[in-house]
Amino acid sequence: MSTLSMCQTQLGGFSFENCKRNAVLETEVTKVGCRMPAARKTGTTIVGVVFKDGLVLGADTRATEGMIVADKNCSKIHYISPNIYCCGAGTAADTEMTTQIISSNLELHSLSTGRLPRVATANRMLKQMLFRYQGHIGAALVLGGMDCNGPHLYSIYPHGSTDKLPYVTMGSGSLAAMAVFEDRYKQDMEEEDAKRLVRDAIAAGIFNDLGSGSNIDLCVITKGRVDYLRPHDMANKKGVRTGNYKYKRGTTGVLTKAVTKLDLEVVEETIQTMDTS
Amino acid sequence: MNTRGLRSQLKDSVPVTGMGQHIGAYGVQDTLRSGFSSVKNELLPSHALELSEKNFQLNQDKMNFSTLRNIQGLHAPLKLQMEYRAARQIQRLPFLQSSHLALDTLKGNDESISFEDILNDPAQSEMVGEPHIMVEYKLGLM
Repeated sequence: MSTLSMCQTQLGGFSFENCKRNAVLETEVTKVGCRMPAARKTGTTIVGVVFKDGLVLGADTRATEGMIVADKNCSKIHYISPNIYCCGAGTAADTEMTTQIISSNLELHSLSTGRLPRVATANRMLKQMLFRYQGHIGAALVLGGMDCNGPHLYSIYPHGSTDKLPYVTMGSGSLAAMAVFEDRYKQDMEEEDAKRLVRDAIAAGIFNDLGSGSNIDLCVITKGRVDYLRPHDMANKKGVRTGNYKYKRGTTGVLTKAVTKLDLEVVEETIQTMDTS
Repeated sequence: MNTRGLRSQLKDSVPVTGMGQHIGAYGVQDTLRSGFSSVKNELLPSHALELSEKNFQLNQDKMNFSTLRNIQGLHAPLKLQMEYRAARQIQRLPFLQSSHLALDTLKGNDESISFEDILNDPAQSEMVGEPHIMVEYKLGLM
C-alpha cells in the first residue's frame, strides 16, 4: 500500500482494491481449465397475492449452488417490519443483507416518525439502493405488507425497477407460478382461497423448475395479524428406506468381554436444535 | 434519501475526473507517496461502480445544497456548509478514529444504516497510519 493512502482516513463501505487482481486470476484460471467459485443463488419461486382483507406471500425453500442443492430448507421470506415482509430471489447473500439493511433503516425511520412504516417507504428505499448499485446486487424481491392504506404488493427487480400489482411472481419458477395465477386469480378472494392459490402456484414452480424445491412457506398478512406458516406444506418428502442393511446381533461371535467404569460428573447440559431436514 | 427528479440530478452532479495520481510539489508524479505510475491502472476503473461510489456522497451533497438554495435561498446552504466545516474540524488526531458524532447528526447519517457502517469499518481496520506522517499531511507540512 502506498504511503499517501495511509495519510488519509479510511472510509467504510465497498472496497474495489481486489477487482483487478480478481480479473487477472479469472483469466489465469480459465486458461488452466478450472472455474471460479460461484455465489450461492436461491433459484426460486416466490409469489404474492392480494386478497380481500390482506395479502399472502409464498416461497419455496431450496437454495442451489450451481448444480447442487446447498440448503434443503432455507427461509426466503424475510422480516422487514411487524407489518411488512419480503420474499427474496437471486443471490442468497444479497437478498439477506439487503432486506436486513432496509429493515434496520425502516425501524429507525419509524422511530423517528412515531408511526407504523408504510410499504411504499420500504419500496422506495429498496429501489433507490438497488439502482445505486446498478444491478450488481442480485436481489429480486417481492415486497408485501399491510399499512394504514390497506394491503400493498410490489415486485422489485435487481436493477431497481418496481411494479405495484395485485399478484406477482419472481424467480426461476415464476413462469410456472404465473400460469397458475393467470388461470385462477379473482379479485377480493377469501383468505383460504388465496392460501390455496399460492400453495398451488408454488407447487407448480417446485415440480416444473429444477431451481425450486422442497417445502412451501406461506406468510399471511392481515390487519394486526401475521401468520408465518413454515412449512405450510411439504411437497417433496424424502422417502423412507424399505430395507435394513445392518447386521443382526449375534452375527459376530464374542470371545471375551471387559467392562471399565468411567466416573463422570454432569456439570452442564445444553440442548442445541439442528436442522435435520 | 433521494428526493430530486432525474434531470436536476444530472445537471448538478460532480463531473467524473478519473483516478489520477497525486501531483507532487513540482507538478510531476509523486513517486515517493503514490508508488510507480502505470497508465493502465489510472485510466480505467477496476470496477464499473468504483467511480460512482467514490463520488456518491459528493454528488448527493451537491444536489441537496442545490435544491435547498432553490427553495430557501442562498443563506440556507451557506449556513449548513459553515456548520459542516466547523464539525469537521473538531475531530481527534488524524491517525485515531473519531466518532464524527456532530457531523453525522448534521448530515442525518445517525438515522440510517448503509454498507459504510457494515463493511470495512474503519475502526476495525488492521492497519494504523503513521502518526507523524499523517499529522504532517493534515497540517500541510508534507
